[in-house]
Amino acid sequence: MLEIANIAENVAFNLLKQAVIYLPEDVKQALQKAYAEETSETGKTQLKAILDNIEFAEKYKAPMCQDTGTIIFYVKAGTQAKDLDKMEDALIRATRRATVEVPIRPNAVNPFTQKNSGDNTGRLIPWINWEIVPGEDIEMTVLPKGGGSENVCVMGMLVPGQGIKGVKKFVVDAVLKAGAKPCPPNILGIGIGGGSDIAMKIAKKALLRPLDVPNPDPEIARLEKEILGAVNMTGIGPMGLGGKTTVLGVNIDYAYRHPASYPAAVAFNCWAARRATAKISADGTVEYLTHKV
Amino acid sequence: MAVYKFKTPISEEEIRKLNVNDVLYVSGTMVTARDQAHRRALEHFKQGKTLPINLEGLAVFHCGPIVKKKEDRWTIVAAGPTTSTRMDIFEDEFIKNFKVRVIIGKGGMGKRTTDAMAKYGAVYGAFTGGAAILAAKAIKSVRSVEWLDLGMPEAMWVLEVQEFGPLTVAIDSHGNNVFEDVKTKVEENKQKVYQKLGLSP
Repeated sequence: MLEIANIAENVAFNLLKQAVIYLPEDVKQALQKAYAEETSETGKTQLKAILDNIEFAEKYKAPMCQDTGTIIFYVKAGTQAKDLDKMEDALIRATRRATVEVPIRPNAVNPFTQKNSGDNTGRLIPWINWEIVPGEDIEMTVLPKGGGSENVCVMGMLVPGQGIKGVKKFVVDAVLKAGAKPCPPNILGIGIGGGSDIAMKIAKKALLRPLDVPNPDPEIARLEKEILGAVNMTGIGPMGLGGKTTVLGVNIDYAYRHPASYPAAVAFNCWAARRATAKISADGTVEYLTHKV
Repeated sequence: MAVYKFKTPISEEEIRKLNVNDVLYVSGTMVTARDQAHRRALEHFKQGKTLPINLEGLAVFHCGPIVKKKEDRWTIVAAGPTTSTRMDIFEDEFIKNFKVRVIIGKGGMGKRTTDAMAKYGAVYGAFTGGAAILAAKAIKSVRSVEWLDLGMPEAMWVLEVQEFGPLTVAIDSHGNNVFEDVKTKVEENKQKVYQKLGLSP
């Protein structure tokens, strides 16, 4: 039997490959719906180019976007899972391999020397979010996060007295300011509460929730819909060239806050909202959860 | 909304026929240039050095492609546009000095670039952000790569393209800018959006 670490490396490589080539079904469907409903001629041209591009990427098995992002992993590690000590190395090896073999673009640059490492790895990159869970399985998700949409992410310490109204304004203003930059139509991850770092962490993680899965809390699900409807009235449209689809979905998560603080964060994802997940069982069997293989 | 198909080198006269919202396809020679290549090209010009390629009448693509080398031959794997606003600080000088006619990117550009396009005769063609395979399909070959020391995304890739597009003419050579128009409309819509959410401005 192969070691779990070797299996994990292969799985991480496959996830990277799947993520950058095949868009998850829920995102694809949302884009198709947007195309059908778009009334602006230029907006429709943009959505058509996006849909054509998705099809070509699948056909030629090539990354749908040249910006294959900063590589971020989310790992749910069962306390009884084997080889957890070797997992980080396995993910780094998978990232290096994917850079050459998929290929994905080298996107890891030293902020002091401006040198590109050439293999998508470097200090703290790929970034790994660890979560300890009971059991012996390992669930692994990759989020290749594009730079254009990352550049408009915002975090703010709002006034507690304004409550959720403050959040609504914060989100709308972020979308208005972002305009064409994050490659709309976008997905918004909104994180409320916790603390400055926590708000952004849960905002970004909220991007992983499929568009067809509503928030389990009906109140928050309503708020997500309300914000979605409002930001789509801005007229920014696909690629910021005007139209009715600026945002495909809004995913909110929250944490309890300090009485004096009201942190809020908005994480943007571009239309190429890539993600892939798999589960590795203790006996080494692998189940791919987002992509059929 | 008219559809145009141009072949490089493109003349000033040809480029002035285009109006915003027209759709353009470009064939011929195109070079990629992001922040670092723009900076270096302008430095070369300042120092009186000639560029590795004459850019007059060509298209410049704001793009950091994924490129693969197979037996000494480069092939473009994916090549969508990057955010053009970062190049706003270079582009007016770039258009003026090198007489490029089409700037291709995403997200639009500002007043400085719009003014330079009106003055010297150039347009901005918006290519759908992220549509990297659509772009790669129109790239027929890599003629050469210059300044590879800048890294794969920042190097200047000299490409032969066939009907590269659709490009939405978002800035024409008559001072019009679709992104500015959308911005004005979005500003007008802002109050409606606030109202819907029960917010005061």
